[in-house]
Amino acid sequence: MTSMVMDKGPRLYRRSIAILLACLLTACGVCVGQNAMAAIDEPEARALLEALDTNDFQAKGEAAQAIAESSAEQKTRWLQALLDGRLGKQRRGENFYIVTDDSGREWPIIDAITFEDAGTGSRRTLDIFRINNNLRGQLQGLIASLTLSDGDEASRLAAAQRLVGEVDAASVDSVRANRDQEESPTVRHQLDVALALYAVEQGDAEALETLRGNLDTRVRNTLADIAAGDSALAARAQSVLDGIESKRAWYDRAQTLFFGLSAGSILVLAAIGLAITFGVMGVINMAHGELIMIGAYTTWLIQQALPGQPGLALLLSIPGGFLVAAAFGVVIERTVIRFLKGRPLETLLATFGLSLILQQLVRTLFSPLNRRVTSPDWLQGAWQINEALSLTLNRLGVLIFCLAVFAALWALMRYTRLGLEVRAVTQNRAMARAMGVRATRVDMLTFGLGAGVAGLAGVALSQLTNVGPNLGQGYIVDSFLVVVFGGVGNLWGTLVAGMSLGVINQILQPWVGAVLAKILVLIGVILFIQKRPQGIFAPKGRVS
Amino acid sequence: MSVKTNDRLERLREFTRPDRVFDFLVPVQSPVDVRHGPILYLEDVSVSFDGFQAIDRLNLTIDDGELRCIIGPNGAGKTTMMDIITGKTRPDSGQVWFGSRHDLLTLDEPQIANLGIGRKFQKPTVFEALDVTENLELAMAGDRRVWRTLLARLDHEGRSRIDEVLETIGLGDERHRLAGVLSHGQKQWLEIGMLLMQRPRLLLVDEPVAGMTEPEMQRTAELLTRLAGQQSVVVVEHDMGFVRSIARTVTVLHQGSVLAEGSMDEVASDPQVVEVYLGGEEEAA
Amino acid sequence: MKADSPTKEALNKSASGMRRKAHGAQKTRHNMGLGESSSTAQRSDSPAQPFKQCFPKAKSLMSIPTGADRSRQAFLSRSTLITSVVLVIGMAAVVILNALPASSPLHVSAATVALLGKYFTYMLLALAVDLIWGYLGILSLGHGAFFALGGYAMGLYLTAQNAPLQGWQAPLEFFPVAALAIVLTPGLLALVFGWLAFRSRVTGVYFSIITQALTFALMLAFNRNEMGMGGSTGLTRFYELLGFSLASDGMTVALFIASGVAVLLAFWLCRMITVSRLGRVCVATRDAEARVRFLGYRVDHVKLALFVVSAMIAGIAGALYVPQVGIINPSTFAPLFSIEVVVWVALGGRATLYGALLGALVVNYLKTLLTGAVPDAWLFILGGLFVLVTMALPQGIAGLLAQRRRRREVSA
Repeated sequence: MTSMVMDKGPRLYRRSIAILLACLLTACGVCVGQNAMAAIDEPEARALLEALDTNDFQAKGEAAQAIAESSAEQKTRWLQALLDGRLGKQRRGENFYIVTDDSGREWPIIDAITFEDAGTGSRRTLDIFRINNNLRGQLQGLIASLTLSDGDEASRLAAAQRLVGEVDAASVDSVRANRDQEESPTVRHQLDVALALYAVEQGDAEALETLRGNLDTRVRNTLADIAAGDSALAARAQSVLDGIESKRAWYDRAQTLFFGLSAGSILVLAAIGLAITFGVMGVINMAHGELIMIGAYTTWLIQQALPGQPGLALLLSIPGGFLVAAAFGVVIERTVIRFLKGRPLETLLATFGLSLILQQLVRTLFSPLNRRVTSPDWLQGAWQINEALSLTLNRLGVLIFCLAVFAALWALMRYTRLGLEVRAVTQNRAMARAMGVRATRVDMLTFGLGAGVAGLAGVALSQLTNVGPNLGQGYIVDSFLVVVFGGVGNLWGTLVAGMSLGVINQILQPWVGAVLAKILVLIGVILFIQKRPQGIFAPKGRVS
Repeated sequence: MSVKTNDRLERLREFTRPDRVFDFLVPVQSPVDVRHGPILYLEDVSVSFDGFQAIDRLNLTIDDGELRCIIGPNGAGKTTMMDIITGKTRPDSGQVWFGSRHDLLTLDEPQIANLGIGRKFQKPTVFEALDVTENLELAMAGDRRVWRTLLARLDHEGRSRIDEVLETIGLGDERHRLAGVLSHGQKQWLEIGMLLMQRPRLLLVDEPVAGMTEPEMQRTAELLTRLAGQQSVVVVEHDMGFVRSIARTVTVLHQGSVLAEGSMDEVASDPQVVEVYLGGEEEAA
Repeated sequence: MKADSPTKEALNKSASGMRRKAHGAQKTRHNMGLGESSSTAQRSDSPAQPFKQCFPKAKSLMSIPTGADRSRQAFLSRSTLITSVVLVIGMAAVVILNALPASSPLHVSAATVALLGKYFTYMLLALAVDLIWGYLGILSLGHGAFFALGGYAMGLYLTAQNAPLQGWQAPLEFFPVAALAIVLTPGLLALVFGWLAFRSRVTGVYFSIITQALTFALMLAFNRNEMGMGGSTGLTRFYELLGFSLASDGMTVALFIASGVAVLLAFWLCRMITVSRLGRVCVATRDAEARVRFLGYRVDHVKLALFVVSAMIAGIAGALYVPQVGIINPSTFAPLFSIEVVVWVALGGRATLYGALLGALVVNYLKTLLTGAVPDAWLFILGGLFVLVTMALPQGIAGLLAQRRRRREVSA
């Protein structure tokens, strides 16, 4: 969850030595005592901000300094807004505003002092305070040191991370001071790294050991510079660098694997329902994608009904999506598929017609536009394991969800009466019927089950993409490839096939791009069929 | 190439002989080398499906012109053996030779069929959307390449052959009926007719008399015995009476390998055979 | 007319239905007209007679009622004749009505002629799909890809008339090269794809889905600008074909006639194939593939040959489509278009060539009418058509017509 803060990390640039030194020393010194101070009143705040309204960058820098030294509660936010180019003054008035979103033409703004909503502003009504590179560096330093001594552990850690590679002769002492005061071991370690990198730059071989295995890009870049040079450290730096590189590569692979698995788990969720219906009934349900869409729309509808509670809505959507999609599935089975038994191509066409109708139905009932489903907090952000590996929570959630659904299905097939009957019908329909299995009822339930799982896939998908009428369309071909790849009617096969197709796709993508990756996977599947036509495409055994 | 030309010349020579009326009874000169005796030779053939050993080190030799009956309880591997010979199933190990020149394991179904191995299926399989004549026409020996098939016209010779076969199988009245509307027994006959049109060197006949009446069975028996001698015939059958009426040599399969081989009487008195098969059969009867 | 092949081919599938219908067909055969009654009479008692008497040599081959002869007559069966005549008369009528002065109430505008020309190309595409689906049982859900490839080849040629093409596309500036490309590109793709698929015996729904994946992949590929095919906008702004302006009314009529003639020729070609022995091998393959293999026919070669021919017809259709519509873009590769073609054929009646033509015309006319009047309803109607045809009208319109004719003949 630290990622939200981390996102700002890359914006860091080299800054001037003197300013950083000054900032850190003064800011730290002042700030420590400031915690106890009372907040300042509005005229004071206004005066602090007023000082920024100048075209002289030197003066602006001093004003920023003054803000940092003041006891204003809002100072970090002001400085951040100034850095982001979002702090401005009303053109015909005395108010200061912070722009919260500058993507459109009309910006939503808040009052810079009270942080109250102040309607909208635009380029014409606001004078945004400009900054130059020098000032930017100063501001970053100010913010870093403010948070380093002031913020909670997470923001102190972020500030410490920003310091890596930015420590110089002037600031080193203050960083050391900070490090010695620091209580949190992680923050202290980060500061150690920052200091060690500085030491290495100064030629200290021992400090290299602290950097061994560190994944920070800046550490790597610095070490690469040293290793490429001809200093005494070059060889040792190279060995440390190699260690870092191999570790990074390992984490990169882990990251690719994770992305592949999460993409694969969507495929598995989409395909497994198809695998069930196809395996048991020999029915290709081309409306399967639309059942996924229905699951996703159910999620959206439940969320609309429960505004402000995305978590609860999502939890409710899991049974909701399943039931709604299953109901649609049962209706489709009863009204259409039942009458097309033993005619797979006709079933394919009829269900394709149904998919068109369902799509158009959603377009007419809701709208052709995409809808956004908000993820609950606990699915937002990422789990940052280290510099090189972070797992987005929504993808992680989908992966876990997929495995849970799979486990549930597997248990259902393995341990329940329905599962037994389904397996019996899969293997020998006539025989199962003779044994007293009501094959038509099994068909209905199986189809409902397959459709319900498709609905679950829709619930999962709604957390990853927007929900629209065309949502399911793209998944039918992919999921069919998965079913074919894994062996018809084989749950484990579907799991393995889905995951491996996801991973293969993810591995290919950086090399050849998404489109070619897709084409290559398609060709791969065709070639695979060449290799194992019997095992997958023809019923094994003898001709009758 | 020369083999093919020879084959054609040979066939042409046959066609031009006016004294031959039932020329499907005349052995076809096919490039099968039977100078060393057997026309079909299976050695140590094994195949398993998902762990089930369908054929287990099977050895079988069929001589040229022989009529061989193969019996065995369900699951003995009879149909699987036919699948292996005709290229439907590849064995896990072992060798299958047609004459002493053709290794059947290197060929696929059409190639094997074109070498002169015809097969009648357990469940009669005819082309239901085509009529009887068309079914026979498709089975007629000839060039099966796509372009030739497109340009193929039924010549006088072909028509006579169809008529002969129609007469043999007694479907003359049904010649323009769709094969799909024939009765089960008629479909059996039609499929036998298709085999005759193919003029194979070796016929594999899987349960030919299922669904036939007693007189029809007798006709089948007659037909098969008449064919033997010129063509080699392998019959898989459950009906003991039928087997007794045609068999000279009987092979008993059990659990994928040969249990006994010999004349019907020899086989029937073999205690092992009695135990696994005939005993059960008699009790059931 | 005896053994009217569409009639006959319409009879399959459901066993009980088949019995009844086959009797109908039998009736048809006995009711056949002049010149054949003698052979029918002979046939009925032929088994009793020695076969040589049965087929006196003096008789012409045409009159001997064996499979091949019936098929030779079937080439000029009633449906073939009617279809050909209707096509020719329709074309002539449109051209004549177009030549009338614009003030005349019967005048057919150039826009309508272009629309009808477009329908012709769709009919051509439907023929291509029907050839392999109706007679060979291969349901291709990616025939739009071959159509689009032919279209792109033509599109590149037309673009080259404005400005020379670069790189590998340059030779397409010459019409003979473009014409070759129109036929060979889809043919080659079908050859490679079909070879891979048929060799490994991919059949039924598996093949359908893989063809859908193929056209989907091509759509993605042609959307990329790197392909040099105009990216997602496709190729457009065509002005000249063979030195004549595309905007002129004469050109519209010429393209209309060219499309009509192409439909007629393709119809005859398909007819020739389906009534030959190869056509019967196809039907046999459709119904019992393994058996055909055991007869010694190379099913994969048969399928490959027809698939390639079908792809080439589709390519020609695409090439005729492009100058009449004025644009070709990746949406032609969309799986929806390909599957729409299938519903044309299904509605018209698969395994009857005239059914495919009829279906393409009916559905597209409906589409033109309805997308204008009630655009939102079109997908409902199209989807409904899929369900309706598969559930209630498995033989399509052609099946209905055949049924009516049989009933009339029975009552007569």
